[in-house]
Formats: sequence, structure tokens, C-alpha cells
Amino acid sequence: MLSNRMIKTRITALLIVLLGIGIGFFVYKSELSHQNIPTGETPVGFAKYPFKLGLDLSGGTHLVYRADVSVVAQNEIKDSMNALRDVIERRVNTFGVAEPVIAVQNGGFSNAGEERLIVDLPGVTDVKKAVEMIGQTPSLDFRVENPNKNAKQEFTLSENGEITLDPSFGFVKTELTGRFLDKAILEFNQTTGEPIVALQFDEEGSKLFEKITRENVGKSVAIFLDGQAISVPTVNEAISGGRAQISGSFTPQEAKLLVGRLNSGALPVPIELISTQTIGPSLGSQATQAGVKASLVGFLAIALFLIVWYRLPGVIAVIALSLYTATMLALFKFIPVTLTAAGIAGFIISIGIAVDANVLIFERIKEELRNGHSIAEAIKNGFGRAWLSIRDSNFSSMITAVILFWFGTPLIQGFALTFLLGVIVSMVSAISVSRLFLVSLNITKTTKLTQFLFGSGFSNAKK
Amino acid sequence: MFIVKHRKIFITISTILMALSLGAIGYFGLNVGIDFRGGSLAEVEYTGELPSQEVVKEKLASLGFGEILIQQIGTQGYSLKMRPLSETERQTLIGALGSNAVEKSFTSIGPSVGEELVRKSILSFILVALGIIFFIAFSFRKVSKPVSSWKYGLIAVTTLIHDIIIPVGAFAVLSHFYGTEVDTLFVVAILTILGLSVSDTIVVFDRIRENIHGGSSTSFEEKVGKSLEQVFTRSIATSFTVIVVLLALVFFGPESTKVFAMMLTAGMFFGTYSSIFLASPLLVLIERSQKKA
Repeated sequence: MLSNRMIKTRITALLIVLLGIGIGFFVYKSELSHQNIPTGETPVGFAKYPFKLGLDLSGGTHLVYRADVSVVAQNEIKDSMNALRDVIERRVNTFGVAEPVIAVQNGGFSNAGEERLIVDLPGVTDVKKAVEMIGQTPSLDFRVENPNKNAKQEFTLSENGEITLDPSFGFVKTELTGRFLDKAILEFNQTTGEPIVALQFDEEGSKLFEKITRENVGKSVAIFLDGQAISVPTVNEAISGGRAQISGSFTPQEAKLLVGRLNSGALPVPIELISTQTIGPSLGSQATQAGVKASLVGFLAIALFLIVWYRLPGVIAVIALSLYTATMLALFKFIPVTLTAAGIAGFIISIGIAVDANVLIFERIKEELRNGHSIAEAIKNGFGRAWLSIRDSNFSSMITAVILFWFGTPLIQGFALTFLLGVIVSMVSAISVSRLFLVSLNITKTTKLTQFLFGSGFSNAKK
Repeated sequence: MFIVKHRKIFITISTILMALSLGAIGYFGLNVGIDFRGGSLAEVEYTGELPSQEVVKEKLASLGFGEILIQQIGTQGYSLKMRPLSETERQTLIGALGSNAVEKSFTSIGPSVGEELVRKSILSFILVALGIIFFIAFSFRKVSKPVSSWKYGLIAVTTLIHDIIIPVGAFAVLSHFYGTEVDTLFVVAILTILGLSVSDTIVVFDRIRENIHGGSSTSFEEKVGKSLEQVFTRSIATSFTVIVVLLALVFFGPESTKVFAMMLTAGMFFGTYSSIFLASPLLVLIERSQKKA
């Protein structure tokens, strides 16, 4: 008669197997449904959880911009960068890119103090268009007269005797930039009918604007767009309420265009493209297929080795390993983890490591059997003693993975993440799940059969 | 016992391999890729006939992009390497190649990004090495007799250096004959080797620790020898599984991770070798020289 405990153990084991099958089914179904959606339709049900593919697998464009935050106050840099991110995201979304990734990389030791913006556009291969569209967002700022404007000014003398002066020399940047712009409106001068671009600042911007105008009554304040002065009015009085007007020498077309650009988001800070990467889609799908193939081959090879060498415990290990794989894949879908070629490599390696824990345990069990313990005792001791080794050896892998994750580029983070997740989940599956299965088999008698089943390699488990 | 008895031989073998690898690195050098140097890399595939390199060079000479390195990829394509290109320059480049050239991929990395990567790599390496030393010293802190715990850490680091230098030496040879370059994956490979090979060393040290606690009357040398015998199969088996999986990656996996997987395989292999044939002999050597002192 089976004890209550044994019954419970067996039921739990069965539930886990069913759960594993469920997970596997889910993974399979969601991939399949996702591939069958006609383009343009919103995914429902299973299809809502496809694998998220990194650029090197899906093909696409990766852009790195450097942001010029020289005029931004230290404690406002973070806000400015986030505002920049939002503006670019809006632009990218109107372009219709599926799942773009736009992220801020704050300055710090690892960045050489630079503020950066990363823009990933999967599936976008027309880099020219993408860069144009992103780059077109105008950069607006207000400058006041340079107090040293009568100082000597540097100029460059070109080969044919031309002298180039830096036109912006006469002006010095202020804190007021397009970041504080609420909206721009196209208006027409009541008397002359001239087109005017009216700017409305937000609350903070209004305050800044008032301060600037108050401090510069009688002097000129220049409005710079994309580094060019488009208007240099003289300030008559302090202006509160945050309304400014840019007038003079616009055609209605130009004014309309400017209003449109300003509204779609004046850039809070100017940006410069410092790095680009495009990967054609065919390279991407090749890499994906190869990755999947390697995973399958790797898994099968390990399964074969486990069954042949470790026999019964080996079979259990393969079942646990399958569960592990299904869980990992499901995790990738849910979190979601962006898979890159290196990420797939990390996953495959983690399969190898997952097996390590099982190997450690089985070798221990063999040793216990050799030392004369019964099979039940050997299993118990084997798991107990092996845990220390497993913990220590996986720990070092985890340290490496964490440092790799900090290290950085999305490519490497992909590897580090799948690797780390793999190590953690594999520890759980090897220790808890395998043990559960083995125990639930309830092998109490030591017969020739059990000796064979628990032996390994070329020998049988000795009594 | 066999291993421990002949420890001098094994230590010598390792030293020779390391010297050879260092020599290879010094002599052949390592090709540093654009990830670190900065620069641009364009991969183009030609429909129809592949023009000769001279023709391509001529077409691009007038563009003023400086020196361009052209290498053939497969039968239908070229990779072009030069200084970083802006977006407009890239368009000019592709345009100049003609309509039968299709751009498969393009990367341009500004020098500041490259420098940052070098800095991060070095830092990560130091951090991982330190982390591992502390971890080992910590987990072996109770094993102060006869060899103090930090010495275990030191030995582990020595074997780690050994485990990295030999694959890098092999890489230097590869890079000389096949032009393979050092890129971010290379650095990731090294860091991963650090993490993985230490696991194996720990398996062996763990067993030694256990046998030392057992406190029988046998000598330290004998205890180490016995530990090795006990863990031999297990050590080989755990490394074997990871190597099998890595080989699957090398032969069936994506192009971009092939060299990465090869380096990891070499690292794994030498990691196991060093845990069994180098770490323990060194341990005994140290204990011996301590006794003499």
C-alpha cells in the first residue's frame, strides 16, 4: 500500500508533467498562429505572444545618436533625455515601424559621460528614409547677445581668400529651448497679412521666457532653428504669458511647414548620429534558422548521451530537460526577452549547463550506491550532497552573466539574459523536478534490474 | 594519484602551451575589428557576375573615403571596410557600386563608441576576475589548513589565465590565416570562459575540501590524488555535455556565432584540462613548498 506521501509525490509529478506539456503546447501554438496572421491584423489569443527577435535575427536598422546637453542644467538632463525619447518615438510611430525600440543611455562611466539615444527599427531597411525622418525634427533654441560681442572673433580663411565668420558668435545659448514649447500656431498679421509663427510655451517655458525678455530689454534675442538664426527681434518689454511671435520673410508655405515641424516635436536637445547598423532580412532569417537547428541538434545529442550513459535517471533527466526547455521558451515569450543570435547561443549553452546539475547529482548517487547505501538512501544523499557543488559552480556563471549584462550592448545583454535565466531555471528544474520524479518512482528494492537502471556507462550500480 | 605523482610533467605541458600561445599572440597579433577601432563595414552581394576586386577598388577610389579593405565573402559578395561613414556617404558608396550590388548589411561605428567598448571590456574582465577570486576565497574560507583559502583563489586565477590564453593564442593563429577579427563576441567569449571554467575547478576543489575535512591520516598529496580520482568522471561528463552543445552551435548555428562557439569550445576543453591536470598539481606543489619553508 502506498503511503500518503508517496501518493502526493506521484500526483505532483504527474501535474508537473501535464504543466510541461501545456507550456510546450502554448509555445508551439503561439508561434504557429503568429506566422499565420495576415499582415495588418491585430493578433489575438495565442498569436499575441510571438518571440521577440533582435535586429540581427529580424533584420532592421540600429542607430545611435549622441545628444548635446551642454546647455541643460544637470538635474534636468534626465527629463530632457526622456522628452527627446518621446519626441523621436512619436516620429517613428508615424512612420509605421512595427515595435521600434527607442531607449535612452544615460551618461556615466560606461558611456564616457555622453547622453545617448538608441533607436532600433526592426524590419526597416531604408536607412536613408529613417535617418532623414528622425533627423528632420527641428531643434529650436533662444539665444541672447553675447556680452563679449565686441571681443576679437575667430575666423577661417579659406584657400581662395574667403573669410568665414561664425554667425552664431554674436549670441550665447540660454536655457530656453524647444523642450518648453507647447505648440506652434500659424497666424497672419492683421495689418500686413504676413504669415507669423506664434509660439506658446508651457508653464516653465513661459517663466523662462519672461526672465529672458526682462533681462534683455532693448537688446536682441535670437531665435535659432537647427543652428540657424531665423529671427532676431529686439525686445521691447518683458513678455509674460509665454507667447512669442516669429515674423518676417516667411512665405505662407514656409510658415506652414515650420509650424508643422515645430508641432511634431521640436527636439529638446540637438542630436548627432554617431553609429549605424543595418542588417538585411535574409541574413536575419538565415541566422534564425541556423539557431533553431543548432538548438535541436544540441538538445537531441544531450538527450542521447543522458539516456545511454545514465539509463533510468538519464530518462528522468531528459524529461526534466524538456520541461526546462519549454519553460525557458515560454519565459522568453512572456517577459519578453529579445532574442539575438548570441541570445540563442546563451540559451543553448544553458541547456548544456542544465544537464551539468543532473550529472553532478547522478554521479553522487552512483557513489552513494557504491558505498553501500540503498537506492532510496542514495537518491536522498545524492541530491543533498550535490547541492553545494551545484550552487558553487553555477554561482560563478551567474556572476559572469550579471557583469556581462552590465557590459552592455543589446547584443551582449541578450546573451547574458538568456544565460542567466537558463542557469537559474536549470538549477530549479534539475534539483526539484528531477528529484520529484525519481522519488515518485518509489524504487525500494535493489534487484538486478534496478542495478542496471541506475548504473551508468559500462558498469552496473554495484551493491 | 597518477596525475598528482606526475604533476611536474603536467605543469610543464601547460606552461609550454601557454608560452606557445603567448608567442602566437605576440607574433601574429590580433586583428581588431571595427567594434573597437571604429570604422564602417559594408557587406554587399552581387547578382550576376562578381566583379574583380580591382574593378571595385577603382570605382570607389574617387569617393575620397580613404583606404578601403576589400575581402571576398563566399562566391558572390565582398565586405568593404573603411573609416566611419555618415548616412549620406553610405548612400554614395552603395550608389557607386552599381545596380547589381545589393547591400546585405552595414555598420558604421564612430570612434567614441569604439573606445567606450574597449574601456567596458577591460573593466568587465577585471570585475569578473575579482568576483571569482573573492567567491572562491569566501567559499573556501574554512579550509585554511594546510593551504590557506586565498591561495585556492590564486590557483584558480592562474588556471583561468591558462584557460584564456590558450584559446586566444589559437585565435591569433586563426586570425592570421583567415582574417577573423576581435569583436564584442570575442570579449563575451572570454568572459564566459572565465565563468564556465571556474565551475569545473570548483567541482574539483569542493571534493578536495570534503576529503580534507574528513581528516584521515593520509597525506595532503594523497588526499588530493584521491579527490581527483573521485571527480574525474564527473568533471569530464559535465564538460562533455557543454562541449557537445557548443559543437552543435559551431556546426549548425548562425554564422555570426561560429567563431564565438569555437572559442568557447576551446575554452571549455582547456578549462576541464586545467581543473584536473593543472589546479590540483599546483595545489600539491604549494603545499609541498610550504612544508619546506
